[in-house]
Amino acid sequence: MMRLGLLLAAALMLGACGEKEQVVVYKQGKYQGKPDNRSWDNDPPLAELRGGKWTKGDRTSWEESIKQRQLAQHEYQRISR
Amino acid sequence: MARMKFLCDAERCIECNGCVTACKNENEVPWGVNRRRVVTLNDGVVGAEKSISVACMHCSDAPCMAVCPVDCFYRTDDGVVLHDKDLCIGCGYCFYACPFGAPQFPQAGAFGLRGKMDKCTFCAGGPEPDRSEVEFKKYGRNRLSEGKLPACAEMCSTKALLGGDGDVIADIYRERVLRRGRGSEVWGWSTAYGLPPKPGAQPPVQQQQPAPTSGKS
Repeated sequence: MMRLGLLLAAALMLGACGEKEQVVVYKQGKYQGKPDNRSWDNDPPLAELRGGKWTKGDRTSWEESIKQRQLAQHEYQRISR
Repeated sequence: MARMKFLCDAERCIECNGCVTACKNENEVPWGVNRRRVVTLNDGVVGAEKSISVACMHCSDAPCMAVCPVDCFYRTDDGVVLHDKDLCIGCGYCFYACPFGAPQFPQAGAFGLRGKMDKCTFCAGGPEPDRSEVEFKKYGRNRLSEGKLPACAEMCSTKALLGGDGDVIADIYRERVLRRGRGSEVWGWSTAYGLPPKPGAQPPVQQQQPAPTSGKS
């Protein structure tokens, strides 16, 4: 009985020596705010505003339109046109 | 899928601050808040002066998003990092985390009260109805929803500042560097991770700090 008690006490004391993981595991937060609309879900602006032209709701056409706009920054291509 | 990025060509930037002005004008940014600014290194040193236009870089792994205690940041499908001002508490953690100093805080009141964070939106507005009055007042103009690029990049007179899909603007820049006929010092691994030391180069002379006195005074 005494032996069993000693064993239990030793197990308890050794348990206190255990090392817990102290490195904080980062958890990606989740956006808590309002949802945002997507650019291609809008109607293209009026022609006089000189914006892009795409089909409402069609992401591919919006991306193609904005890509043409990006390529306008390429002066070597722009000048040679 | 597009990943919207800015790229500033330090060889071309002439420190005209046109991008800063364009941003201020387009978004009606309040006094004291600079979403974009031009940083000049070696100012006044002939042949060594370089300027670069800096704003939010819309990081793919944004530290501001990681540290925000109220999780008010989000990334759009185009890779633009935006935030909800209704949720922001103006704590300033994002400012400490950002390596570019992008988050700005309007100073309101006599005691330096810090308002809600404001930063470059890549001219993509925020979580309000697109092109609405409320979106404009809170976040500025939503040019992406008009099929346009950020005003700063489109206004840049020397086309030093490029804005758009990372792949597209990287191609533009790559071709530009190739046409210059030199590139290893401004493009590629050597730029990102430092040039290898030149053979026979002397280490720079560093000013010696006075040794601390250990004896009793």
